[in-house]
Amino acid sequence: MTPLLQVQNLAKHYAVRIPDGLSRRKATLRAVDRISFCLSAGQTLGLVGESGCGKTTTARLVLGLMSATQGQVLFEGQSVAATRDATWRALRQRMQMVYQNPLGALDRRLPVITQVLEPLRIHDRGDPHEHMEQAQALMASLGLAKSLWWRYPHELSGGQRQRVVLSRALILKPSLLVCDEPVSALDVSIQAQVINLLQDVQELMGVAYLFISHDLKVVRQVSDQVAVMYLGQIVEQAPPEQLFSEPLHPYSQALVSAIPSLWNRQQKTKIVLQGEPPNPLSLQSGCVFQQRCPYAEARCREQSPMLTPLSSERQVACHMLAQKPSDQNAVVESCS
Amino acid sequence: MTRFLAIRFLRGLLTLFLVLSFAFVILRSTGDPAMLIMSADAPPEALEAFRKGWGLDAPLWQQYLGYFKNLLEGNFGYSMRDKSPAMELVLARIPATLSLAVPAFILKLVIGISAGVFAALHRNSWIDRLLISLSIAGYTMPSFVLGLVLVLVFAVNLGWLPSGGDTTWQHAILPIVTLSLGGAAVLARFTRSAMLEVMGQPYIRTASAKGLVWRRVVLDHAMPNAAIPTLTLIGFMVGSLIAGAVVVESVFSWPGVGRLLVTSVANRDLAVVQSLLLLVATTMVTANLLVDALYGWIDPRVRSGQEARGKAL
Amino acid sequence: MTAMGIQRGLNLPNTLVSLRGLKVSFGRGASAVQVLHGINLDVYAGESLGMVGESGCGKSVTWLAALGLLGSQAQVQGEFSLAGQRFDGLNDKALAAIRGRRIAMIFQDPASALNPVQRIGRQLTEAISLHKGLHGESARLQAVRLLDQVHIPNAAQRLQAYPHELSGGMNQRVMIAMALAGDPELLIADEPTTALDATVQAQILELLGEVRRDQGMAMVLISHDLSVIAQECARVMVMYAGRAVEVATTDELFRSARHPYTQGLLASVPDVGAPQKRLIAIPGQVPEAGRLPAGCSFGPRCELAQIICTLNHPALLPVAEGHKVACFVNSP
Repeated sequence: MTPLLQVQNLAKHYAVRIPDGLSRRKATLRAVDRISFCLSAGQTLGLVGESGCGKTTTARLVLGLMSATQGQVLFEGQSVAATRDATWRALRQRMQMVYQNPLGALDRRLPVITQVLEPLRIHDRGDPHEHMEQAQALMASLGLAKSLWWRYPHELSGGQRQRVVLSRALILKPSLLVCDEPVSALDVSIQAQVINLLQDVQELMGVAYLFISHDLKVVRQVSDQVAVMYLGQIVEQAPPEQLFSEPLHPYSQALVSAIPSLWNRQQKTKIVLQGEPPNPLSLQSGCVFQQRCPYAEARCREQSPMLTPLSSERQVACHMLAQKPSDQNAVVESCS
Repeated sequence: MTRFLAIRFLRGLLTLFLVLSFAFVILRSTGDPAMLIMSADAPPEALEAFRKGWGLDAPLWQQYLGYFKNLLEGNFGYSMRDKSPAMELVLARIPATLSLAVPAFILKLVIGISAGVFAALHRNSWIDRLLISLSIAGYTMPSFVLGLVLVLVFAVNLGWLPSGGDTTWQHAILPIVTLSLGGAAVLARFTRSAMLEVMGQPYIRTASAKGLVWRRVVLDHAMPNAAIPTLTLIGFMVGSLIAGAVVVESVFSWPGVGRLLVTSVANRDLAVVQSLLLLVATTMVTANLLVDALYGWIDPRVRSGQEARGKAL
Repeated sequence: MTAMGIQRGLNLPNTLVSLRGLKVSFGRGASAVQVLHGINLDVYAGESLGMVGESGCGKSVTWLAALGLLGSQAQVQGEFSLAGQRFDGLNDKALAAIRGRRIAMIFQDPASALNPVQRIGRQLTEAISLHKGLHGESARLQAVRLLDQVHIPNAAQRLQAYPHELSGGMNQRVMIAMALAGDPELLIADEPTTALDATVQAQILELLGEVRRDQGMAMVLISHDLSVIAQECARVMVMYAGRAVEVATTDELFRSARHPYTQGLLASVPDVGAPQKRLIAIPGQVPEAGRLPAGCSFGPRCELAQIICTLNHPALLPVAEGHKVACFVNSP
């Protein structure tokens, strides 16, 4: 069975001119650089990384909001292109996006129920009565009380707004939902509500999630697979329990180590990375992580490691770790 | 930075060129200098001779090219009224205008900025509200109305100050005040917004938390940041120092550049008008150029921020 | 030291800062909204105290009010003392003498918390001159020393940089260096890592701990993130809707939290060390400051709520040594 979403060697490059004294130097900004992953129906892939790693760009490429420089995105077996034609518009019914800032994603001037109805009207499925019933049923099942349906976005709380955004995204029953930092702007107790809600919805409706976040704790909670990104590349991919109990890539190790654990507060050796997340403009050849990696050697400066499967469920891009025996068929297996 | 300024400079030259061309064409499309300068009932042959003498019978494009050719040689033309060199005529009037414009400018800055800063620091108090109302009144009222009102009050009714002419320093008071109030009002309003915007920024709180007394916070941290947008406005005001006095000079019969502009346009004294426009446009363009340069000097984000610009592949 | 003395937190020898009955309202007359309802808080010399709570709980306002940083729209009441001396009701000039020199504060989002048009060297030397009376070259040297202390490489060159030329993590280090310029006895860190990336957060937290120990300073760490507090603080105060609901040592809090809100918070954070399980979310949301429910502010969201919870506010009372809770149901 083909996976719902397949991304193959996807890349997005920008030609930039950097000021260099009085003139400008040409360079290439690799926002996303040859990434591949797949997502099966009803599953969640967590995409995690710090600012500048390319996760938001990946989201937009997947949705066809941006054209790719290289590689392709296959959704339900068909290629996703950034042309704004009828095929692309039809795709909108199958894949939707949820954003970080729910207030910004909603129109200030319209009552929220109108905004939930809008996708139904645009894609013209059924008559207005049915639309209203569907919208009301969905909003109720997502925990929005009737008294809120005719309110304006600024009259609702952060958690309520996010439920509205979710309703609007789910009303057409898409098979893929791309969530870009959906809970980062919410209070902790509301985050928990929304996370639970997302999980319930997935069970009920069979939606697949591409869940993007910088917050590892949240990603761990919701994902079936986690991909760690750094400077436009995926450096490790694994199921959450494995990633968090035994991170293999040096960057994953640092990320996991940086999460303070509530219940485990003995001073475990923290890996604190030196230096700053580097500027994606100043890339040299070799591994993207070499400057901050405690294990970097000559090989790492020359050649960029490929994402190699280490088992049927794990892949790592690291020269050091690629010594381990790899399972050549693993990539295909984890995709189906 | 140099590249940045070089481009601005070239653009400035282009602006000058466009202004002069536009004026050239418009001035020659309406009105007949011959009839306006010699009286309307002069004999037609005299009018014809006049026109021929000044080259007004040649086709427009020829006059146009001739004008720019002369300009490049430094020949600004001659007044059709008294045959003296146009530019000399214009330059002779500048001291009179500046004697109004410069004090007015200083007054504008002092009144406008202090009022604006004061209002911002006492936001929502009665004095803030009063200052806002005054500034609205100030910049909505046309300057000739303001001028005439002041004349009415101070010259006619109270008799304290003379109403026109330029003989004594007392003659300068009313025109200077009239000139400055409108600009002060705009500046006050603008400064107030700029200050309020800055005062709401987190770094102001950091400065207070550092232990600086309020006066230091305002002077060292708030005002330099608020000055940045205000500078554009001030630059604009500098640019219009010369031209901005036209109305006021007319109301107060002040023999400056503005008066000259009015009379020479009315008479279609072409070379004088063009020279005046060249002067005014050059002042404007230079002032804007200076503001751009100053911006880069004052705001480090602009300076180092000619960042990477890119396009998608 | 009588038992009553301990309970009332009278100025015991090692109490550095004491806040009593802190109330804050914004606005005037009929439209005034009260955001803090009587906070009592002690900070002991050299300790690290965490203040945790969600939006609107008042954790930042507490210290902004104490230091007089809230502006003219705020009405602040209460008795505050620093090393035994009162500092409430002082005018701006007198408070300015305390700020930075004895109590320093750093904020969230360092990029916007630094003056964008001044070089960081100048912002640093401003603090140094103010608190240490050094000027010119000696101030500059001290600035370099401070930047070294916060582990900024190439400190001498960095003095010439502007905030927008540095990353978030670097800017936060500069803020910390600025805060240290006066050798303060207490550092208030208001959400210092919230705007930063995960790996940088870890660096900054480590730096804060190091600096606190090196200087022998007390530190109050304000955060909405329980796990950040858990890592760095020995004692925690949990706040909800303008009141303190629980105070305890960190160990005690995580082992046996008594207030239903604290318990709820702990259950809603996905914990990486534990096996994956469904989060237990607290239903409802935080009430708005002007529209608090009658009785206990947490009542409507609380599973254990009883009639008495709708009638009165529970007081913060001790349940064990060093552990106080404000709850009618879960306390003796």
